[in-house]
Amino acid sequence: MQGRQDRHESSDSAKKREARRLDNKRELFATGFFFAALFAVLTGYLGYFTATSEQEMINNSYNSRQEILLSRNYRGAIYSRDGEVLARTILDEGQNESREYPFSNLFSHIVGYSTNGRMGVEALANYYLINTSTSLSNKAANDVAGVKNPGDNVYTTLDVQIQEVADNQLNIYKGAIVVTEVSTGKILAMVSHPDFDPNQIGAIWDSLLEDKNSSVLLNRATQGLYPPGSTFKIVTALEYIRENPDTYGNYSFQCPGWFASGGSRISCYHGTSHGQVGFERSFAKSCNSSFANIGVGLDRDRFRETLEGLLFDKPLPVSLSCSKSSVTISGETSTAEMLQTSIGQGRTQITPLHLNMITSAIANDGVLMKPYVVDHVENDAGRVVKSFSPESYGQLLTEEEAGILKELMTAVVESGTASKLSGQSYTAAGKTGSAEYNDNKGDSHAWFTGFAPAQYPEVCVTIIVEGAGSGGDYAVPIARRIFDAYFNEKK
Amino acid sequence: MQEYITELSKYAIAVLMAVHTFCSFLSLSDRVEKSGVVHMIQTLLLFAVQLLMFVDLALVTKDAWYVVFYVFVQAFLLAAAIMVPVVYERANRLLLDNMCLLLGTGLCIISRLYFHRAVKQYIIVLVSLTGSLFIPWLLTRIRFLKKLTWMYAGVGSVMLSVVLILGEVTHGSRLSFTVFDVTFQPSEFVKILFVFFLAAALWENTSFQRVALTAVIAGIHVVVLVVSRDLGSALIFFVGYVFVVFGATKNYLYLLAGALGGSGAAWGAYHLFSHVRNRVTAWQDPWSFIDTKGYAITQSLFAIGSGSWFGMGLSQGNPTAIPYVEADFIFSAVCEELGVVTGICIILISLACFLEILKIASRIKDRFYQLIVYGIGIMYIFQIFLTIGGGIKLIPLTGVTLPFISYGGSSIMTTMIMFFIIQGIYIRMQQEGGRHLAGKTGPARKQRQR
Repeated sequence: MQGRQDRHESSDSAKKREARRLDNKRELFATGFFFAALFAVLTGYLGYFTATSEQEMINNSYNSRQEILLSRNYRGAIYSRDGEVLARTILDEGQNESREYPFSNLFSHIVGYSTNGRMGVEALANYYLINTSTSLSNKAANDVAGVKNPGDNVYTTLDVQIQEVADNQLNIYKGAIVVTEVSTGKILAMVSHPDFDPNQIGAIWDSLLEDKNSSVLLNRATQGLYPPGSTFKIVTALEYIRENPDTYGNYSFQCPGWFASGGSRISCYHGTSHGQVGFERSFAKSCNSSFANIGVGLDRDRFRETLEGLLFDKPLPVSLSCSKSSVTISGETSTAEMLQTSIGQGRTQITPLHLNMITSAIANDGVLMKPYVVDHVENDAGRVVKSFSPESYGQLLTEEEAGILKELMTAVVESGTASKLSGQSYTAAGKTGSAEYNDNKGDSHAWFTGFAPAQYPEVCVTIIVEGAGSGGDYAVPIARRIFDAYFNEKK
Repeated sequence: MQEYITELSKYAIAVLMAVHTFCSFLSLSDRVEKSGVVHMIQTLLLFAVQLLMFVDLALVTKDAWYVVFYVFVQAFLLAAAIMVPVVYERANRLLLDNMCLLLGTGLCIISRLYFHRAVKQYIIVLVSLTGSLFIPWLLTRIRFLKKLTWMYAGVGSVMLSVVLILGEVTHGSRLSFTVFDVTFQPSEFVKILFVFFLAAALWENTSFQRVALTAVIAGIHVVVLVVSRDLGSALIFFVGYVFVVFGATKNYLYLLAGALGGSGAAWGAYHLFSHVRNRVTAWQDPWSFIDTKGYAITQSLFAIGSGSWFGMGLSQGNPTAIPYVEADFIFSAVCEELGVVTGICIILISLACFLEILKIASRIKDRFYQLIVYGIGIMYIFQIFLTIGGGIKLIPLTGVTLPFISYGGSSIMTTMIMFFIIQGIYIRMQQEGGRHLAGKTGPARKQRQR
């Protein structure tokens, strides 16, 4: 009796053991968990892609859906900041579309064109221009009438008055002008010469492509690479201040009109000897000899870091298509090269927009506001569909460094090379440059980059006039007209 | 008027699909599934979604053939959703409802892409369903399935090898052959044989020797598929094998070995075969090869990106710009025209099916049938991961179909057979559960009370 019960129990527990051996519920559960996690990744990635890539996908020229949208909607209009039409699509009685640019050449590069490829705001805001946010009832009505829906309208930050002044002042010269609002990064004006008439783009396209020399289609403001000349002394000065934070004020140099080191020699503009100069006076008078002297003493690696911090050799945080400024400094840079680089000659190249960004960061206590040109998007009834706010890129230099540079740039206007800007109702600040671009002494691009008012800066202007001569004579007067226009308009 | 309907129905479809998805997850719980209310809701949702989609199509295209096709599709769906539960009282409702939704959506999308192909697909679906209806009946009667281990392996390997030698080359891969004007893709059907082989080989003997022996057979299948350049199927067979071994042995080391071996094999294939390398480079940076090997994937991304959350509306996008959209990229077409929300619903509905399959497997006492259900589930869900992951550039493209939705007779027939095998085993389990009073499931308990 006893034995049988034992046997019974043991066979029971053997059964249980057998059941446990066979039971794989936990393994099946683990499998379910594994695939649920895998599918969470799948869904998450799809959601992330959808949330971030819609515009990019539609704007790609390989995407045939652009044509689908254009077959249903006609292209929206582009407006200036105060509502003037910069570009619009005209429909005739037969619903034939033509793109009209009322200001012809004036906004040729920044507003751009939309046939034969796309450029400027036409390219940047293409997604909004070809999509429609018109009301459902309008869509239904248009559908019944057999007409297309109106694309959304894009409002830019561009200011027609300032653009006109800048364009007039640059006149027949080749070159570029960038005007931005310091506190926000709004692009108020952007001019590039030579220009073209976007109304005629179809007719002139072939001749524009053939003409390789003047590169009319190039937006010089964002894509033109120029030697920065003396405007680069802003950067050299910043590096000197960083390396000598307590003693830079004691700097002194006896300028004989030239400076030689490492078997290389440079001279001041027109061979002028500046005599005994301190740090501020070297900057205000744009003394090449003194800055070459400063340059050869700089720590090359730290200089490289400063340049990278100012976005040299880096893509600019701007949605317009830009060239990358380049600079060649490393631990092995020769003295001769340092001599040239510290006064903005040599192999250094910069775009006008980039110089404008550095200048406006100085004006804005060291904080760079990303330049932008599309302010907001409205549907045909004026309802805002999307608006863009100013965005900070970050601190390029400390508030203190910005303050010192502001003072230096004010001295350039008050007692230096930009004296043609002094004595106005506003105080301006800036730096001139006369960048030599070939071996023929005297051939130089005229530069000016600066802001006003010096104390509480509002507007930042960068100008390059190709082959005109000295910045003080040719670029500064243009800056004055632009500042005048800006402050007049504000009144 | 038309604008109102097409615009609003876009959002309505997304919402109804989301509710359907939610219901699917709810019915994973026994209590909800038993009540039957969710099943009614899902059936209503199915027909509502179908109506909206076909109204859209007919309105936009002004093509009366869509009305005719609609009637035919609804007749089929009615038969499937209502007749099957009548024939098989104990059929699994969740799997059935979801299968109908996916089939209906697939037929609708294919008809929008290439109408004549949708008609062909419809006929195949009809034939498949009719044939599949016998599977549960057969499964409850046939008793010798466990004994055919080596027959499954032999027939499967031979079928794949025949394709490798005699098959037709499509898009650089040997996948199919044509008999009497009907094209077969045997690797689809061999999936079923393969699962039966694994289950038969491992249900009572899980010794290392036995696992090693199955590894050799599985290896033959996979290598033949790789040489045929059918990389997607090769991966599905491989992953199916690894998980079935894991399920049978409960040994995590086999999973680890599978992961390591798989990575090693992938590395080897990458260095050995240029077509594998092409897939990988096209995945890493399709934008640089937008005209050549990156074309398909970038067009797929354009479709999804342009469709965004709620889609461009049926027949209002341009999904046919994607090569092989009706087979490999059908998911991108769904996202473009019905929206990513609907796309995500389809992903989640498929996942719900898989979880239900696992739930069924966990309750089957007979290890042979349990492994079949488990293996089918793994192959089903992994194929979905491959095709959708490839289409959205999460993983390299492998060129496999989306079960129940993609165009492709072999694919749809195989998936349907697989689902009805699960239904058959599910029904059989409940009957046995009723007989031996061992079942734990709701319907089985009901059976006992009767």
